Amino acid sequence: MQQRTIIKKHPLAIRWFHWINFPVLAIMIWSGLLIYWANDIYRLGWGDKTLLKFFDAPFYNTLNIPYRLAEGMSFHFVFMWVFFLNGLLYVMYLIFSKEYKLLLPNKQAWKESWQVLLHYLRIRKGMPAQLKYNAAQRIAYTVVILMGIGSLLTGLAIYKPVQFQGLVYLLGGYEWARAEHFILTLLFCLFFLVHLIQVIAAGWNNFRGMITGFEVVKKADNITEQEKASEQETNTR
Amino acid sequence: MKNQTEEIVSTTQIRKRTVTGLLVFGLLVIVIVSMAALFSRDWNKSSSTRAAGIPTQFRTVLNANESIFDLIFSEQHLAKTYPVNDAVKNVRVNGNYGMGKNFDSSAWKLQLIRKPGDTIYLTLEDIKALPKTDIVFDFKCIEGWSQVTHWGGVKFSDFINKFGLDEQAHMKYVGLHTPDNAYYVGIDSKSMLHPQTILCYEMNGKPLPMNQGAPLRLIIPVKYGIKHLKRIGTLFFSNHRPPDYWYEKGYDYYSGL
Repeated sequence: MQQRTIIKKHPLAIRWFHWINFPVLAIMIWSGLLIYWANDIYRLGWGDKTLLKFFDAPFYNTLNIPYRLAEGMSFHFVFMWVFFLNGLLYVMYLIFSKEYKLLLPNKQAWKESWQVLLHYLRIRKGMPAQLKYNAAQRIAYTVVILMGIGSLLTGLAIYKPVQFQGLVYLLGGYEWARAEHFILTLLFCLFFLVHLIQVIAAGWNNFRGMITGFEVVKKADNITEQEKASEQETNTR
Repeated sequence: MKNQTEEIVSTTQIRKRTVTGLLVFGLLVIVIVSMAALFSRDWNKSSSTRAAGIPTQFRTVLNANESIFDLIFSEQHLAKTYPVNDAVKNVRVNGNYGMGKNFDSSAWKLQLIRKPGDTIYLTLEDIKALPKTDIVFDFKCIEGWSQVTHWGGVKFSDFINKFGLDEQAHMKYVGLHTPDNAYYVGIDSKSMLHPQTILCYEMNGKPLPMNQGAPLRLIIPVKYGIKHLKRIGTLFFSNHRPPDYWYEKGYDYYSGL
């Protein structure tokens, strides 16, 4: 009988948080787009020169965005609670299970993340030694938590600017808070894109880990002593 | 912290666990997707499953949001004010619902329903007799834009005191209609009695222009622009939510800032 070493990679709680967050964040971004459409003033450029407008008519029409502000707001202000509570429980879980020690960037993380990047770019051969996450992952997954908190705070500021005037002030005013909320959303989209590419590149074993929780240890010699013994036994017979 | 726990299992075990995991996961995905599909089918129906333009469940949550943010609401929380010079000269006109075609400003009177069957009519002079309050604040539209604008008028709380409406002010809501009843809003009394809420007859120090709701409009900085009804025709009090134009079109009733 063939045997393999597996590691328990993702605890059940984290898998739930992850897979709840995925559709909820998608709903938040989509409904946010329905809202943004009503005053779509952001662009990349300077003066009269626009490099990229957020967004153009074909983009809106393809996604069926126009004239759905009320719908967008109703979705946004219902699912904000799910996004908030799921995120809050996730962070609390990280703290109480001590899982945060595997996730927060450690001392070497800044130096090592560079080596990880070089490895991904096929410039460097090996990866630095790691526990659950490599240095780049530690940084990315920590930043994405901070982005979530940022989205909640900037969102709260533009949702109730009179009741939370101090928060609006800290974020640089109402207009800035809205812009920051938008930029964070773009960053979430960027995160999703990179995350998706990395997951595809990492392959099935890694992806399965986020569903079943375990990952088969990838070693050329991941055949146990027992197995070798039994194989030898078969050969001698 | 140690690295994750290792375990030695047979490949059959791995296959078994993978299949079980995928089945559970797939089942959850199917349940969620079909729930979403049913929901979106209901969404597109104009049936009893909708409450004022959006599904009943959504309305329930939006109303719960109102109760939560009502706890935070305070008369002490004031909208930020600006120096008069910061106010824009070209004030955006975003809608003309309820403005009427041939409105005669000189014949206008405010219909104030103190109780069912007890209505009085007030002229602009009656209202102007009260102390004037000016406010320069960042007017916020539900569409997402905002504009620093300058308004002048009478605090609603002063108006309540002057016309002996203390009893009415204890009711939960205030309702306002345009003279042609084409536009109407309902607002919680707490927000109406907020010290920055005014019955407004001036913009940028001049009488209110026709397209801004002359002769009298509502300015209520704790709400989105949809609640700042232009051209008040009727004002009344109620313990039940008065009809609200944008609420019926799927927007949040509270729309508080």
